[in-house]
Amino acid sequence: MSQFTRRKFLQVTGGAVAISSMGFPAIVGAAGKKVVVVGGGVGGATAAKYIRMADSSIDVTLIEPNKEYFTCFMSNEVLSGDRTMDSIKVTYEGLTGHGVNVVHDTVTDIDAAGKKVMTAGGQSFAYDRCIVAPGISFKNNIEGYDDAAMEAMPHAWKAGPQTVLLRKQLEAMPDGGVVAIAAPPNPFRCPPGPYERSCQIAMYLKAHKPKSKVMIFDAKDKFSKQGLFKQAWEKHYGGMIEWVGAEGGGTVTRVDAGSNTIYTGDTAHKVAVANIIPAQQAGAIASKAGLTDDKGWCPIDGRTFESTMKAGVHVIGDASVAAPLPKSAYAANSEAKVAAAAVVAMLNGKEPGDPSLVNTCYSVVGHHDAISVAMVYDLKDGKLSKVEGAGGLTPKESSPEMRAREVEYAYSWFANIKKDSWG
Amino acid sequence: MGWNKKALVALIGSVCMAGATTALAGPSAKAMADTCAGCHGTNGQSIGPASPNLAGMSASYFIDSMKGFKALEKDVQHADGARPATIMNRIAKGYSDEQIEAMGEYFEKLGVYKANVPHDAAKAKAGAEVYESACAKCHDEGGSLPGDDAGILAGQWLPWLQFSMADFKEGHREMPKKMKKQVDKLSDAEIDAVLNYFASQK
Repeated sequence: MSQFTRRKFLQVTGGAVAISSMGFPAIVGAAGKKVVVVGGGVGGATAAKYIRMADSSIDVTLIEPNKEYFTCFMSNEVLSGDRTMDSIKVTYEGLTGHGVNVVHDTVTDIDAAGKKVMTAGGQSFAYDRCIVAPGISFKNNIEGYDDAAMEAMPHAWKAGPQTVLLRKQLEAMPDGGVVAIAAPPNPFRCPPGPYERSCQIAMYLKAHKPKSKVMIFDAKDKFSKQGLFKQAWEKHYGGMIEWVGAEGGGTVTRVDAGSNTIYTGDTAHKVAVANIIPAQQAGAIASKAGLTDDKGWCPIDGRTFESTMKAGVHVIGDASVAAPLPKSAYAANSEAKVAAAAVVAMLNGKEPGDPSLVNTCYSVVGHHDAISVAMVYDLKDGKLSKVEGAGGLTPKESSPEMRAREVEYAYSWFANIKKDSWG
Repeated sequence: MGWNKKALVALIGSVCMAGATTALAGPSAKAMADTCAGCHGTNGQSIGPASPNLAGMSASYFIDSMKGFKALEKDVQHADGARPATIMNRIAKGYSDEQIEAMGEYFEKLGVYKANVPHDAAKAKAGAEVYESACAKCHDEGGSLPGDDAGILAGQWLPWLQFSMADFKEGHREMPKKMKKQVDKLSDAEIDAVLNYFASQK
């Protein structure tokens, strides 16, 4: 009874809000204002879409070199053979449908003072606010790992042809061979990624080449979801996956692509397949545009994701320094919505509101076994912070039934985040 | 006359808005609700295959669910009023009760969304009869009416409906007395059929 009354009250007041908002039409509008989004990954796409959804009077141009984009998330399932490349492919018609002007070109520079973006195709785009979502680029921390070596020892850390190449190498390798994964130092894109990858590769090997092994050579001494991954390695792949941390001499320092050999210091490991994931920094355009700090990442203001290096330019996704948020797709999607709301507010002459962010990250570690990490973030004393008491990992003791549900929710995550970002 | 009524409604509205603003220093309901979309779809319209639609569910159902998730401790499956969860217990703990209420009202206003859910048509047909005899009294209009304490079942993703029913039947989630009385009478096949019926509703 009290519920009914409360609901009734809400209905009445809801109507009143509509009346009063009609009574005060917005005086400052954003009509004709221009936003240029650099990069069409999950961050850039989401920002472009959410700006248009919030205020269709804003002119949004998204610049991305590729007409087809392959999501890194779920690309590890291509390596096991559980998923096709087609299933991780997205295109840009969805954004066009939201009225985003999608331009396939490569941004060569951003003139923050002159408020314009220049491209390799010789175009120039003026903006009132710019959102940069350049993803990652690789550092040269491993001797011998040049462009040619990448074609022999794929990183597969940007999904696409590299993913296909690594899958082909797994298919071609003999039973009894060693697959080496060189895991990068922090911070890097997708912290649980190398370890989920070890599971997906082992899933394929267990079924087709059961005498083979996966060796993870790590530049770190601990990693994301460590206890849960170790549990999965034992439970599903008993003995097939071995991890060597930095203290145990796991840091890969050099490769010789010609002989498929990787070196951890002076020790040589000749392997059947080498998956080398180098150390990372913000995508190349970020440093070109003067958006990066001395570590190669882009510092931002946590309320708006506006760069603290260049006014009027917002940086989101893997390239930004948004810790404690990880460099994940869900974080990029969440950051994009914060930046989009801030840009819409600013272009309408309003104060940006307080941000709220979420990260949710699934790793599929077996055919019916997925694990997850989640966290909610807000702004405390001007800094992005974890909400106390929130988040955490899948419990180690969770039942097989709940783990199987997590697989279903991982696939729901995948379907919905793709649609939410590009759809 | 009409003017007076309008003025009164506007007055209630402005008082209420002022109240809401004070209570909600921090992120807006939309800012929080938008973070759900990565799993539950843009504007709470999930494209599946398992995450439920949030769009149009009643505020009180949303609030009860989130408070139930908050009550679920890591190692306790049966805490009073707790809702079983894989991940939502960890996420729900990130919000105050006031924030949860604001999100609940936000999703309610979005209007009911029924997804195009893959289902077994023959089972759905058989399920229609089960629905009429066992469920229709509380889950009105094929489960598409956002009643205070009943979730939207129409056009809801089938795996989620199945997980929810498994939790009820295994005692991990408490059923309202009236529901338990009906569910206890149904065979597994009848339950399977009626869940397909709900999923099939457009």
